[in-house]
Amino acid sequence: MEPILTINNLTKKFGYLTAVKDLSFTINKGNVYGILGPNGSGKSTTLGIVLNVVNKTQGDFQWFNGTTSTHDALKQVGAIIERPNFYPYMTAEQNLKLVCKIKGVPQNKIDEKLEIVGLLDRKTHKFKTYSLGMKQRLAIASALLNDPEILILDEPTNGLDPQGIHQIRQIIKDIAANGTTILLASHLLDEVEKVCSHVVVLRKGEKLYSGRVDEMINSHGFFELKAEKHQELVNILESHAKIEKVKVEGELITAFLSEPMSASDFNKLMFEKGILLSHLVKRKESLEEQFLQLTDGQEN
Amino acid sequence: MLRLIQLELQKLWLNKASRVLIIISFILPFTVLILSSIKINFFGFFTLELGELGIFNFPIIWHVTTFFAAQFKFFFAIVVVSMIGNEYSNKTLKQNLIDGLSKKEFILSKFYTIVFFSLCATLLIGLATYFIGLYYSSYTEASIVFREVEFLLAYFVKLVGFFSLCLFLGMLVKRSAFALGFLFLLYITESITYGLMRWKLTESIADGVHNFMPLQSMWNLINQPIQRIVMTKFPDKTDMMYDYAVHWYEIVIVLGWTAIFVSLSYQLLKKRDL
Repeated sequence: MEPILTINNLTKKFGYLTAVKDLSFTINKGNVYGILGPNGSGKSTTLGIVLNVVNKTQGDFQWFNGTTSTHDALKQVGAIIERPNFYPYMTAEQNLKLVCKIKGVPQNKIDEKLEIVGLLDRKTHKFKTYSLGMKQRLAIASALLNDPEILILDEPTNGLDPQGIHQIRQIIKDIAANGTTILLASHLLDEVEKVCSHVVVLRKGEKLYSGRVDEMINSHGFFELKAEKHQELVNILESHAKIEKVKVEGELITAFLSEPMSASDFNKLMFEKGILLSHLVKRKESLEEQFLQLTDGQEN
Repeated sequence: MLRLIQLELQKLWLNKASRVLIIISFILPFTVLILSSIKINFFGFFTLELGELGIFNFPIIWHVTTFFAAQFKFFFAIVVVSMIGNEYSNKTLKQNLIDGLSKKEFILSKFYTIVFFSLCATLLIGLATYFIGLYYSSYTEASIVFREVEFLLAYFVKLVGFFSLCLFLGMLVKRSAFALGFLFLLYITESITYGLMRWKLTESIADGVHNFMPLQSMWNLINQPIQRIVMTKFPDKTDMMYDYAVHWYEIVIVLGWTAIFVSLSYQLLKKRDL
């Protein structure tokens, strides 16, 4: 696979605070990556460094295998950091023209990109008259102007209303469907889960995990169960070889698997043992549960 | 280079406040110049005609117009500090860099714009001076007309130097109003240092050091012409003689400061995390 961005042992210190600690990962072409971590875990700092606005303390990074300088590479990158930053006194169209001049691309794509984010009819209005959602969509249009190899989004739905969040996510999905590599930083787990195929988990500037979302934790899932013969079921589960842990919360029993087993096999087994289940669901941990498990394990 | 100037001009021209200030900084010295060159009749009591004083004769006119036009540089100075301050407060500096402008290009686009503006101002003043001079002056031989035209060069260098100082102060404090405050502070510091040196050291050392300070070195480029005008009326008063000419070393000092201010601005931006 063709690497777009390689980060090697990157460290950033702000005085005594270490915001990013010895971080390494690679972004390959064609995938949708999430950088996940609580607030203050170093997501934005990492993106700031590779985007040339924050100076690194140690380590290095390479765009496109080191074939171009960072300055030239950024012209093939589209990025939005935290808040949409434009000149408030210019219209959307004038702002985008300015971006075209900076990136050195022709101005004929402005209308096309405004159409994608649904702002074409507002293009002659000044930026300061825009709502936050519209500003964020304009920022996406601006990042798309050069048909970038990779789109970097830092908390793109922060502060938006549900409708705005939905619009932005739909736009991101559409862009990803066209084969553009995306790097999405967020502390919202369901956002990353819905959009990303790969994930890098950060905590206090350190990498906890990087790889595919569905391989984040070696887990075979769990059953959620209810039955009339509650205590008998618990006893059977606790002695069963393929079940590693049983958790009881009132009526609901949660049994974690140590080896793969299908729900129908399990149902059959219970029936043979004379237990009739009133509730049976097989689930995998959501990203949120996996994330909490991952970060909890390191807590101290 | 053209791309960088275009970028900056778009940012400035579409901003109403800076557009107004730019227009004022071009129009105002021009209007004052034209107004002072026409005859003003005060209700028949007396007629004021500055041309009669001989200040619009070649070659002294070059000295007079550039000196007074330079006093209007403050308007564009506000534009310079606000073009930096706005980039910080709108966070567009960060966005510009992310979009692929390098830090060097960012500073250069500001500096080129300063040079471009100073060039326009110099050309305009040059043309206006030339025509007013032709109208009033009794000598029209080229050798006299273009004597002392070096005041135009001094005017240009003075503008570039002064605006580079504003650029640096803008980068240093990030806020337009504070940058102008710093400018005033620098002026006071220079005066106080000079006063202290006059008190503790000899006059020649004090003057020598003072001439190397940024604001004073810019002032030295075009000395005040009033004394010279008076001198033309009373040629026998030799004690009023002073050195008003533009010297090469004065230009070199200001160019040196310009280089220092621009490179310091770049170093500041390079070091900063945005």
